[in-house]
Amino acid sequence: MANWKPLDQMTYLGKRYPRLDGPGKVSGATKYTFDLTLPGMLHAAILSSPHPAAEIKSIDASAAQALPGVKAVLTDIHPTGTVRYVGEEVAAVAATTIAIAHEALELIKVEYEVLPFACDIETAMQENAARVFSEQPNIREPRKDGKGDIAAGFAQAAVTIEGDYRTQVQVHACLETHGSIAQWEGDMLTVWDSTQSINPVREAIAKFLNIPQTNVRVICDYMGGGFGSKLQAGRYSAIAARLAKAANAPVKLMLTRSQDLMIAGNRPNALVHVKAGATSEGKVIAFSTKSYGTAGVAPNARIRLPIVYEDIPNVSTEHYDVFTNAGEARAFRAPGCPQASFVMEQVMDELAEKLNMDPLAFRLKNDSNKTRQMQWKLGAEKFGWNKRAPKANADAGPIKRGMGLGAAIWWPGGRGTQAQMTILPDGGIEVRCGTQDIGTGTRTIVAAVAAEELGVPITAVKALIGDTNYPYSGGSGGSTTAPSVAPAIKNTAEKAKEKLLALAAQHFGVTTNEVTLANGKAIVNADAKKALSWKQLCALLGATPIMVNGEWVEGLSSAGVAGCQFAEVEVDTETGRVTVLRMLVVQDCGLVLDRLTAESQANGGVIQGLSYALFEERLMDRVTGAHLNARFENYKIAGALEMPKIEVILTDQPERGVIGIGEPVKVPTAAAIANAVYHATGKRMREIPMTPDRVLAALNS
Amino acid sequence: MQERENNSPQQRGEQEAALLPPKLSRRNFLKVTGGGALSTALLGAAATPPNAEPIAPAESFKGFNKIQLNINGQMRAVEVEPRTTLLSALRYNLEVTGPKEVCDRGECGACTVLMNGKPVLACMTLACDAIGKEILTVEGLVKDGKLDPVQQAFVEKDALMCGFCTPGFVMSVRALLNQNPNPSEAEVRKAVSGNLCRCGTYPRVFEAALAAAKSAAERRS
Repeated sequence: MANWKPLDQMTYLGKRYPRLDGPGKVSGATKYTFDLTLPGMLHAAILSSPHPAAEIKSIDASAAQALPGVKAVLTDIHPTGTVRYVGEEVAAVAATTIAIAHEALELIKVEYEVLPFACDIETAMQENAARVFSEQPNIREPRKDGKGDIAAGFAQAAVTIEGDYRTQVQVHACLETHGSIAQWEGDMLTVWDSTQSINPVREAIAKFLNIPQTNVRVICDYMGGGFGSKLQAGRYSAIAARLAKAANAPVKLMLTRSQDLMIAGNRPNALVHVKAGATSEGKVIAFSTKSYGTAGVAPNARIRLPIVYEDIPNVSTEHYDVFTNAGEARAFRAPGCPQASFVMEQVMDELAEKLNMDPLAFRLKNDSNKTRQMQWKLGAEKFGWNKRAPKANADAGPIKRGMGLGAAIWWPGGRGTQAQMTILPDGGIEVRCGTQDIGTGTRTIVAAVAAEELGVPITAVKALIGDTNYPYSGGSGGSTTAPSVAPAIKNTAEKAKEKLLALAAQHFGVTTNEVTLANGKAIVNADAKKALSWKQLCALLGATPIMVNGEWVEGLSSAGVAGCQFAEVEVDTETGRVTVLRMLVVQDCGLVLDRLTAESQANGGVIQGLSYALFEERLMDRVTGAHLNARFENYKIAGALEMPKIEVILTDQPERGVIGIGEPVKVPTAAAIANAVYHATGKRMREIPMTPDRVLAALNS
Repeated sequence: MQERENNSPQQRGEQEAALLPPKLSRRNFLKVTGGGALSTALLGAAATPPNAEPIAPAESFKGFNKIQLNINGQMRAVEVEPRTTLLSALRYNLEVTGPKEVCDRGECGACTVLMNGKPVLACMTLACDAIGKEILTVEGLVKDGKLDPVQQAFVEKDALMCGFCTPGFVMSVRALLNQNPNPSEAEVRKAVSGNLCRCGTYPRVFEAALAAAKSAAERRS
């Protein structure tokens, strides 16, 4: 099996180095899909449904068509003719300017037959609720799971707790809205897409348009955030392609900010009734939940309970997905997990308190993961957990402080990825891989892994990614990118290296084992004076470059990580405002590829988790079915003034190879903050976001 | 935060809410009534902070007009309507795409540019109101192919991930350091409090701003 060399022999991996695309991004030179202009390009806009449920009776687009500057109008973009949420795509226009396109939308007359609807989970669960899909009830068949004997488990429990928890719908809110540019050249379609998944998008577009995949090329050089919502193709890509065909010109179609928040994905909510019991020795012995969640018109609102503490012998879970007239959920950074953690970690704290045990000591008894055992202790020491008041609500004044914690977990690892390396006679190095950089630094680690293997500076490697013309890699989701891509690049570079070593060996008249590539040179091991510079070495190629293909191989990556987070908060009991003062992240991610960008990922997970805990909530209007806060003005995401001090400790396990870090760092943040709020106030926050009104209500309960 | 010249989102939002009949969008309103001078006349009294320069007395105009804008030290001709925002003119007419279109309503700061040295939101500024002003975008900070110290610090501290919010943060920090070369972290936070980031780069933006200030101080001494 393949192996990484030891960390102390590495030049880049495990170290800190800035990302290669930094200069372009800070200077405005980087072009995202939203920024690109093609010659003769038109601008398109989508007409959204104002109704949460309606049948499209007729669409009259004649006035729009007649508006000067309008080049194409589509009135048949809805797949069924029955819209099921506000914002859904009804018609589309391409025009010479974006202003004209939006003006044209206002001229389209749509006749709807408005239908009854249920846009929020409570309404949809009522017995006589309007059905989202006429052919099936809103509440779907439950998924039941479990083990052991739940009744016997509770019978053995010395203490039990029971309660209801609730999490909200969170919207991805990527800064670059979803969108595409489509250009036809004959029957060949090129799509520039703001995506996490060039290859799956290519497949989907071909399917949408009923054309061969060989006729579709998808490019994504840079994209402005996805967090899971850009893992799949949107209707906008196919609409852009159809408009481009109709107008015989390239078309750019970016969702508006409001459309993006309404229709381009979200994290499902969860209503969870939970009961749990523990023995007098402090072991959780029984855990049962009944939960509901809505993924809008999509089916999967799964919540992953129990989470982390999976040795519990007696478990019973029952989960119901509920359809609502709302935009569909999409994968969102650790799907099903932050909401599960919010419940699970508070249940753990509740049980610990009933047993009069410290929350950390209780976790050490129930967490069988060896890495996390080490991390809990390390984190507690760094954080000063021993300074935590043993009882909740210990501060006398109106502003109270508290500490809390939660555990991080994630599973997926690497998978099939292919790559190609070209070494040119002038010394140029190109690596091609059909992956994409979603802001995590993939382009940089592609270059770093290649540079590490070849013994050249990272800047000598041209990393070419984000194009379906390059060798295949999958979508960037589920923290799979680094463990998928890094092994493939290493494998490819190894093959190029073999050829270079053979070239050097032949030149010096020695065997390949007797030469080494290091510091941009080929050196004869026995005689350092016998050396070729990189340029001299590559010049030996003559006219023919080296071109090799490699792929993902076993042994260089792993799946499954552990971590934990600690939070300290301040609660103003007069205003209800929660301020997170500091967060400590202790996280394993195997072999750290770039410490600088890995820490940035951890910061990002914590900040999204904090934002989820305190600010964000999609609000649906029961009267009109509208998404009330589909703007950044009132869909609140955490800003500079809300930032705590964040400390990140990466507990390296290089022997395990590469593991992704994007998902796990978001999982426990909201839970740790909620536990800290309880510790500060003695009031359990059973619902997020913990907005001042909810905190005050809890304080007054 | 520095004064956002005539452009505070809150101010603008309130004025519009008060002035517009319910069915008219902001842009159509401006299209119907004409551009800079008229909108200034209507909004001016409440919107203009006492220390702001008077808006150039442009004539009211309708339809497309060719105007000259000073972008990063170059006079650029651009055809705009009265309703065209500075952001729209930059991005769609001039292909200056450093300033990002994210919310288009002054909520996120991604389109922040400097107008006569002060940070403004390009999406909340009409192109015709930028006539006669010096507009500096993130592209204009690069001198002879060399990054500005703020940009350099952003790269070194990894104060960017997807990078879509980054130009706005860079400009807010640049504006702060122009005014206050030695800010505290609290002052940095305040200066970028109008900029939203979804990847979570804030802590490193603070680090980068302080590092850029420090390196500038070292160069001065």
